[in-house]
Amino acid sequence: MSEVAIKNMTLNFGPQHPAAHGVLRLVLEMDGEVVERADPHIGLLHRGTEKLIEYKTYLQAVPYFDRLDYVSPMCQEHTYALAVEKLLGIDVPERGQYIRVLFSEITRILNHIMNLTTYALDVGAMTPLLWGFEERERMMEFYERVSGARLHAAYFRPGGVHQDLPAGLVEDIYSFCESYPKFIDDMESLLTENRIFKQRTVDIGIFSPEEAMDWGMSGPTLRASGVAWDLRKSQPYDVYDRMDFDVPVGKTGDCYARYLVRVEEMRQSLRIIKQCLDEIPEGPVMTQNHKLTPPRRGVMKHSMEALIHHFKLYTEGYHVPAGETYTAVEAPKGEFGVYLVADGSNRPYRCKIRAPGFAFMQAVEALTKGHMLADVPAVIGSLDIVFGEVDR
Amino acid sequence: MDDALKDLGEYVAAAMPQDVIGMEVAFGELMITVRPASIVRVLSFLRDDSTCLFKVLIDLSGADYPERESRFEVIYSLLSISQNQRVRVKTNVAENVPVPTAIKVFSSAGWYERETWDMYGIYFTDHPDLRRLLTDYGFEGHPMRKDFPLTGRVEVRYDETQKRVVYDPVKLTQDFRDFDFLSPWEGMGEILPGDEKSSMDEEEGAEGP
Repeated sequence: MSEVAIKNMTLNFGPQHPAAHGVLRLVLEMDGEVVERADPHIGLLHRGTEKLIEYKTYLQAVPYFDRLDYVSPMCQEHTYALAVEKLLGIDVPERGQYIRVLFSEITRILNHIMNLTTYALDVGAMTPLLWGFEERERMMEFYERVSGARLHAAYFRPGGVHQDLPAGLVEDIYSFCESYPKFIDDMESLLTENRIFKQRTVDIGIFSPEEAMDWGMSGPTLRASGVAWDLRKSQPYDVYDRMDFDVPVGKTGDCYARYLVRVEEMRQSLRIIKQCLDEIPEGPVMTQNHKLTPPRRGVMKHSMEALIHHFKLYTEGYHVPAGETYTAVEAPKGEFGVYLVADGSNRPYRCKIRAPGFAFMQAVEALTKGHMLADVPAVIGSLDIVFGEVDR
Repeated sequence: MDDALKDLGEYVAAAMPQDVIGMEVAFGELMITVRPASIVRVLSFLRDDSTCLFKVLIDLSGADYPERESRFEVIYSLLSISQNQRVRVKTNVAENVPVPTAIKVFSSAGWYERETWDMYGIYFTDHPDLRRLLTDYGFEGHPMRKDFPLTGRVEVRYDETQKRVVYDPVKLTQDFRDFDFLSPWEGMGEILPGDEKSSMDEEEGAEGP
């Protein structure tokens, strides 16, 4: 019998695929059911954020950061605020730092709920999503009470946070922390030992520590590969150095390890939130230098100087001395960095955004090669990809 | 902290004196400037040397300074997990001057270089797959260059007669408003606007009857 050459099949995954977590066009070259080559075509959500920021004042650039990774907005504002503060050489009052850490951790839980439950949906479990979004909604309310917006908060600004916590919020967050572990337990009872879930995730998309570093992984994905690295511990910013928490590290580097790391991170985030609530001092939440931060509205009613400051800040903005910095924080997805170049004017000269998802997306080919087609959504889901930050 | 970074920078500069042009520590961050041709050698050294061990290429980006002779900067941000250090490696290139690809040193450089090519038009030699990454299929120009307009050059719309999406040159109902916020007290020169008229009057008066 003569041999017949079988041609590989090219398959378009997306750009409108529900398991692609956004607009991803993945061109797969399939040898039967096995992925031979995966070529992600990204950029379908490209909005030119970096270019736009070059034409905005430093304060006007803040809301663009909400719109990058739109499931963890505040952590990205945090990076930008830290970068601008570094160039300006200003310190944030302690209360402001505590509020930032508190809301960074709330954001982390928000992000991990979104990722873990939609991941479960990708591999066949629907209930965690329905339960998780109820909890997510409770936390969005905290966002709304503190900033007025559920998603695009624009709350962390260079110099501190925009407003103080409203009355009663501390107590409500505390009672949320008391009830939330019940949800984690319930979700784990559905997933962690679930046979189907484990069949879909264990030994799928493995990265060794060396590969993970070579491909520029960060955050839970790097830790799942067994690298104990967390910027909150190793290069602490704001008051993270006062917080007592553990960094979970995975052993196997597969999709299941990434899931386990994220679940444990939620528990650790609760510990940090509780410590913040216990220790938060009284005082201002923003630098009191009104050349950089707006004065209180009440003061503006009778102080001419305050009125001038307000007018100047919201038209011209402030000038940042020339310099450049790369500042990074541990965002829920991984290392989110901003390379900011100031030229002494009121606008950033260059603002390069280093999104963790960009490196993850690049590694999809390395992770899926040789796996089955059905493993592709499992790998993409476990990497926690949001296209707002990949495409920028 | 700064001393340790300075020592590290001096150590790198001493190890490769013909490659490293400059070294600077600012805001607690180390920056090393190198020649474009030696970027691969420097990155390999930083990755493999036992006192550096910068095993993660966190970021690679371009920057455009049109007034400079070597217009573009390529910036590599490296992270050493075992040493808990960061370093920024910079190289300056003129337009149409290629940079050797770092993909053999760091796999993650692949897409970062594609993005830099897409956004700035900096060419990376020996890159296996240097296609555009973020812009549209068939896009022309390099949008992050300072001379590329913020509004772009083309816009898309669905054409009912042709039954497909077509590209048109950008038409704005209102011009893009780029305010000059530099206040007159800081941004103005010696002669205020309108002042030139006073001297003109005098000259006219001299010529008059």
